[in-house]
Amino acid sequence: MRASLFITCYNDTLFPQTGRAVVRLLERLGVDIDFLPAQTCCGQMHANTGFRGEAYSQAKRFVQLYRDTECVVIPSSSCVAMIRDQYAGLFEELGNEELRRQLAALLPRVFELSEFIIDKLGVDDVGAHFPHRVAYHASCHGLRGLHIGERPFKLLSKVRGLELVPVANLDRCCGFGGTFSVKNAEVSTAMLDAKLIDLLATNAEYCTALDNSCLMHVGGALHRRNLKMKPIHLAEILASTEASAT
Amino acid sequence: MSGPVMDPRFAPPFPEAALPILQNTQLRKNVAHATDVIQAKRNHLVAEKKDWQELRTSAAGIRAHVLANLASYLEEFETNCTAAGGVVHWARDAAEARQIILDILREEKASEVIKIKTMTSAEIQLNPALEAAGITAIETDLAELILQLGEDEASHIVVPALHVNRHQVRDIFARRMGLPQLADDPEALTAAARTYLRKKFLSVPTAISGANFLIAETGSVAIVESEGNGRMCLTLPKTLIALAGIEKVLPRFSDLEVLLQVLARSATGERLNPYNSLWSGVTAGDGPQRFHVVLLDNVRSEILGRKVERQTLQCIRCAACLNTCPVYRQTGGHAYGSPYGGPIGAILTPQLEHMRHAQSLPYASSLCAACYEVCPVKINIPEVLIDLRAQVVDQEREESRRWFDPMYIGMKAANFAFGSGARFRMAQRFGKLGLRLFTGKDGWIRKLPSLGARWTLSRDLPAMPDQTFRQWWTERESGRGKEETR
Repeated sequence: MRASLFITCYNDTLFPQTGRAVVRLLERLGVDIDFLPAQTCCGQMHANTGFRGEAYSQAKRFVQLYRDTECVVIPSSSCVAMIRDQYAGLFEELGNEELRRQLAALLPRVFELSEFIIDKLGVDDVGAHFPHRVAYHASCHGLRGLHIGERPFKLLSKVRGLELVPVANLDRCCGFGGTFSVKNAEVSTAMLDAKLIDLLATNAEYCTALDNSCLMHVGGALHRRNLKMKPIHLAEILASTEASAT
Repeated sequence: MSGPVMDPRFAPPFPEAALPILQNTQLRKNVAHATDVIQAKRNHLVAEKKDWQELRTSAAGIRAHVLANLASYLEEFETNCTAAGGVVHWARDAAEARQIILDILREEKASEVIKIKTMTSAEIQLNPALEAAGITAIETDLAELILQLGEDEASHIVVPALHVNRHQVRDIFARRMGLPQLADDPEALTAAARTYLRKKFLSVPTAISGANFLIAETGSVAIVESEGNGRMCLTLPKTLIALAGIEKVLPRFSDLEVLLQVLARSATGERLNPYNSLWSGVTAGDGPQRFHVVLLDNVRSEILGRKVERQTLQCIRCAACLNTCPVYRQTGGHAYGSPYGGPIGAILTPQLEHMRHAQSLPYASSLCAACYEVCPVKINIPEVLIDLRAQVVDQEREESRRWFDPMYIGMKAANFAFGSGARFRMAQRFGKLGLRLFTGKDGWIRKLPSLGARWTLSRDLPAMPDQTFRQWWTERESGRGKEETR
């Protein structure tokens, strides 16, 4: 199977290790990975901040770039939610019939990473080994946008040596919210404080999620406070094997 | 002590209004506790309802149908209410509604009026207008009474005094009712309120209510409540004035079957509200003999014409979105600078203000969508928030000072960078160089200037790694003897 990796702008720039893990993981599962260098951003930041015209440009680029691919894998639930929930509205308002048609044809082939592994590849044991205590943070877009459900838990439960610890108030936002974290920095921080209380209560060594955006937020506070818990993207856990011993 | 400003025309922007509240640990504790309790009850009662999603769909369908046929249902309501002996008034805006109510009260020669908790009266700033006209408004909802006596402002749509705990209530009652020995247990407090209010119920002949629903088919008005104080206001006075937003109408009596179920479960976590009052016009010898309904437009018919925003008017004011909102849970309602707080307030208030005030409210959300998930009438609040944000930005585009706004400049620059793979690579390179100035020895950034300082307020930022993903990929591909394709 061939899959085109949409790495997302911030993973590309700030978290390349996640992208490398996706490549390692999916190649191990027999997927032929392709990367289109013309890719940039899905447009979420612009859309959610109110820059609709700019978001439309990004959305149009995405659809035109990927319309002929077999499928697209994205290691970020919020970018997938952007594509699924907002592109149609943007094209309705600013696009044309041709774009709407291309989007409709492309959407069923766009997958968040855990969706791709479970739904498309039909695998829940990816042969990973990660002997650590891990807390899973449910990003809002994965939880309520994609209705990702049990998928990440299924994948994590098959990882050798991994101890998954439950997090209280799993459905509550960490306070990132893109530019919200900057426009409303103090309120965002108060939300983050509440999230950290629940995460730290788990005594986990790692906090994992489908999104590096939440993890950047949580991880930034963990580092500021010299706490031992480390943020790690789900892809990096799933890519770990006994041989790689992260 | 200066209280929170709850008039959107004068309230400070949300981030600013939130600051003193974030320092108020007692208030935050009260809000977190109260929302936890209500939400747990709500979740429990929703879980027991196996057809909850079907109920939601049905409720949303009824409300959407009303909005699509609003004019005819309002006329039907007017006809049937009038036939039953009510007098229907139409108010274009807040000022007209206040004037209509004041005129009725003058005709009644009222010097006092008892009130049922009504959000719409807060929306039109009725109490200050009554006071200016020399009419004393007496709030009879227990929570509203606490706020009125404590000279405080409502912070929640359903439970307006949820930011006040019972020790604070005791102090307010002790001071204002002249009861220095008052205990702070709920029984003693409600007994004190009962004694205080009973005198008013028996002596004041004029009442003002809101309306949870108007029934077109029968011309009836419906009020739901938990205390029975509303029932007192609806039955004892000689004259009753009900103020209702035009969107409150339902087609048929039987629609209450759906809406009363979702409202009670969503609002207070009850299977049904303890008091459900329904009346149609005037009945000789029973209840108020003069009955007025004031139908308030106040921008609603404009909102009705907007494709995305229209759903705002489906709201039945259950406040489930407030209780679940992680932002509201930190700030309570005062930071929203409007009687309507929380997620629904964040979309409703700016629209009621014609997007001239309260433009910070659409941004007072992390777009986590918890509000949409619990909304019993399926208002996609995040979708409306994003649409309103676009309207705010479109306003900004017209202003020359946008070029001094780092957020605006950043967004335009990012848009340029995202225009091609090559531009993006270039931006990554510049970004890395720029951030190097702020990066510590451990590879983390602790302090950034300008907007970045808002991030580093509480969060470190990892430095940009040596290699972006695309650099790694290119290297890997060329190592495999492939050409980079662009």
